[in-house]
Amino acid sequence: MNQLATSMFSIVEAWFLAPDIKLLKIQAPLIARKRKAGQFVIVRVHEHGERIPLTIADADPGLGTITIIVQGIGKTTRQVNLLNAGDALLDVVGPLGNPSDIRLFGSVAVIGGGVGTAIAYPTAVALKEVGNFVISIVGARSKELVIMEEEMRATSDELFVVTDDGSYGRQGLVTDMLRELIEAGRSIDHVLAIGPIPMMQAVAEVTRPHKIATTVSLNPIMVDGTGMCGGCRVLVGNESRFACVEGPEFNAHAVDFRMLAQRNRLYRSQEQAALKKFENWLQYALDPTPCCQLEKEHPEIGPRSHT
Amino acid sequence: MAERLPPKERTKIPRQAMPERDALERAHNFCEVNSGFDLALAEKEAQRCLACADPKCVHGCPVGVKVREVVDLVIEGEYLKAAAKLREDNVLPAVTGRVCPQETQCEGACILGKRFAPLAIGHIERFVADYERQTGEAGLPTPAPPTGKKVAIVGSGPAGLSCAGDLILKGHHVTVFEALHEIGGVLLYGIPEFRLPKDIVQTEVANLGRMGVEFQTNVVIGKTITVDELLNEMGYDAVFVATGAGLPKFMNIPGEHLGGVYSANEFLTRVNLMKAYDADHYDSPVYSCANRNVAIIGGGNTAMDGVRSALRLGAKNAYIIYRRSEAEMPARVEEVHHAKDEGVQFMTLHNPVEFIGNDEGFLTGMRLQKMELGAPDDSGRRRPVPMPGSEFLLPIDVAVIAIGTGANPLVQSTTPDMQTNKWGYIVADEATLRTTKRGVFAGGDIVSGSATVILAMGAGRTAARSIHEFLNTGVW
Ligand SMILES: Cc1cc2nc3c(=O)[nH]c(=O)nc-3n(C[C@H](O)[C@H](O)[C@H](O)COP(=O)(O)OP(=O)(O)OC[C@H]3O[C@@H](n4cnc5c(N)ncnc54)[C@H](O)[C@@H]3O)c2cc1C
Ligand SMILES: Cc1cc2nc3c(=O)[nH]c(=O)nc-3n(C[C@H](O)[C@H](O)[C@H](O)COP(=O)(O)OP(=O)(O)OC[C@H]3O[C@@H](n4cnc5c(N)ncnc54)[C@H](O)[C@@H]3O)c2cc1C
Ligand code: FES
Repeated sequence: MNQLATSMFSIVEAWFLAPDIKLLKIQAPLIARKRKAGQFVIVRVHEHGERIPLTIADADPGLGTITIIVQGIGKTTRQVNLLNAGDALLDVVGPLGNPSDIRLFGSVAVIGGGVGTAIAYPTAVALKEVGNFVISIVGARSKELVIMEEEMRATSDELFVVTDDGSYGRQGLVTDMLRELIEAGRSIDHVLAIGPIPMMQAVAEVTRPHKIATTVSLNPIMVDGTGMCGGCRVLVGNESRFACVEGPEFNAHAVDFRMLAQRNRLYRSQEQAALKKFENWLQYALDPTPCCQLEKEHPEIGPRSHT
Repeated sequence: MAERLPPKERTKIPRQAMPERDALERAHNFCEVNSGFDLALAEKEAQRCLACADPKCVHGCPVGVKVREVVDLVIEGEYLKAAAKLREDNVLPAVTGRVCPQETQCEGACILGKRFAPLAIGHIERFVADYERQTGEAGLPTPAPPTGKKVAIVGSGPAGLSCAGDLILKGHHVTVFEALHEIGGVLLYGIPEFRLPKDIVQTEVANLGRMGVEFQTNVVIGKTITVDELLNEMGYDAVFVATGAGLPKFMNIPGEHLGGVYSANEFLTRVNLMKAYDADHYDSPVYSCANRNVAIIGGGNTAMDGVRSALRLGAKNAYIIYRRSEAEMPARVEEVHHAKDEGVQFMTLHNPVEFIGNDEGFLTGMRLQKMELGAPDDSGRRRPVPMPGSEFLLPIDVAVIAIGTGANPLVQSTTPDMQTNKWGYIVADEATLRTTKRGVFAGGDIVSGSATVILAMGAGRTAARSIHEFLNTGVW
């Protein structure tokens, strides 16, 4: 067991599920052994990188691997998504956060928006395993962005796919589908909604008047993930809670989503600048004309002036 | 090599000042402020020692460093021997020489201080330790033959590191588990580069590694592995919990969730551990302080580190907001002086009552209340009392809350048979640092609450002695 934790976290498999959404299986035996649905890891790609939280989408304790599914939206997630089998992540720590509340609720609607489907998937599996009737609603902007449909189908009693533009499944938002089910008189005892903040907020507003208990998984910006910095604090029922140790799942009807959205915009200008610099570098790196090795190994340094 | 001066001559020498970078220059970079004594300064300062028969400084030191003998060796020019003498009681002299509150410890007890300035023991300690490191001749002691016993240490701050150092010498197998991606605890993520260069900590860590200590970063005990698994499944014979007091305290006043309001832990972690000050080369951002107004709330070392970091990040105005007066500030005197020299504005006897933000949720100001000192409270310090009708608005863009920390509960909550007190700190026997769980010891800030590097280091060494005894006798 020695050394396992500190050795590099090598990537054993990696492929794109959709444009900019990549699945990676990583050697992390200690985490694979321990993780439960709903927990996450914090990852650092390289010496100069930041620490970002990613949900453990699946694990194989036998092989000692965990699966993460990453949407490339900024510099760090784009860097993760450049990696392939044979590469490694510098740091992976976990499993962090509380496991999902897995109980026999009866009938549960599991709603995933975008990459949120990947985050909801392990919890859907666990909910199904304890005997819930699982109705899944998978939403995406368009057909090519629908992910994990087959996996979700396998763990659901019923599955609906909706796309914003109607290019696949039903046209509409996940909340349209949910509202329809509720209005049709389908009994839904519990809702789990994971996706972009506006989606989770909208789901909360749909279920609130019907008093359907609703859980969301919050995604504040994190640093350590162990309760040491308070950067991940969210307002739930007017109380400050640290999402990394007290969450990430909370009662949707008590969450202050506006606050969460505001706090996630805190570094917007720095993030955009970093992404732009990185994209410039990428373009340059993919250019067949030779560039120096240093830049290849350290994209964070960015393009230098070559004359 | 020099002779001791006659006593009368000794007191004629003024206390030698620590050479430091120019205040205005250094306020804009993260280079170390103090540059340290050279040989001549060290010897001259050492000559001031009165060589007391019963040296008070030794009693003033929480771990009883043999100051007098160290000073004698410096006068004799035996710097490496002086370093070895220091290390008998203090395994992190280059660190404590920089960060100990000497004025309330060794130097506070120094007889010279009654009529003159006390001997600059901290500066001499630092000189000796740096000399040893720079000559690269730190004589690494050889560990005893392997005992076959395994000890797990949870947390890599000064308590964990010093315990590891002593136990490896006794021949035990030692693994240090650390939640973060780097070793060093507060020495790394809390205390900034300009006060404690990280390569000093890294040298100490590398030395421990060379002696055989195994380090496992990215392991959160209580999450990745539990204490029971360490003992029962992974074959560790004893566990030392040294997880520190890292849980940030907030003020619970309105507006604390606004963008730009930080705990000191987050602010300092972003700046130090994640190196946000070097944004060209590191990815973790910190909310921009450049040309802005930054306020740090608190009066301890953490507050001083925060405010001086803010200045270095380009703050236009950097304030310390403290509800008592300067006399009650718990920070090291040197830090307060340095902060003032660098241009930090001290607003003592002020307390925030509300953070104000704009529509987008960013901090724009802080409502402050003026305070006055009333009757002494439990801590013996005069209690600050709000002055009615004294509230006013201070425009600020970044606020850092440095009002203390509490016990991080991750280990305790997953180790139910290990008793904690009402504040969540681990209960440990004072003399042996045994907890209420067999085979488990605890020390440092996680037992005492936030204290000092030297006390944490002392606790680590006490734990090492007591663990060694337990491993030898098997008696609990
Ligand atoms: C508990 C938890 C689990 C998560 N699980 C996953 C996962 O399984 N897969 C996945 O792809 N992402 C997941 N995320 C989100 C992921 O951590 C962020 O997308 C990532 O940190 C962005 O880093 P970046 O450098 O690529 O982008 P940045 O440049 O930092 O940000 C790009 C954009 O994303 C926004 N953003 C920044 N941080 C976050 C955040 N934490 N959450 C949402 N938006 C953010 C920014 O406001 C900005 O608009 C999770 C977040 C949390 C807190
Ligand atoms: C900003 C700042 C400035 C300071 N300045 C001074 C000063 O000038 N002089 C002075 O004497 N003292 C100072 N102190 C106080 C001093 O640093 C602490 O008292 C000392 O570091 C405590 O040592 P420790 O070993 O008990 O814990 P820490 O140094 O806190 O180390 C604990 C370690 O345990 C790790 N950990 C926590 N939980 C887990 C877990 N579950 N699993 C694995 N690892 C875990 C943490 O990540 C951390 O690395 C300062 C403190 C701060 C925050
Ligand atoms: S991420 Fe630091 S406390 Fe949650």
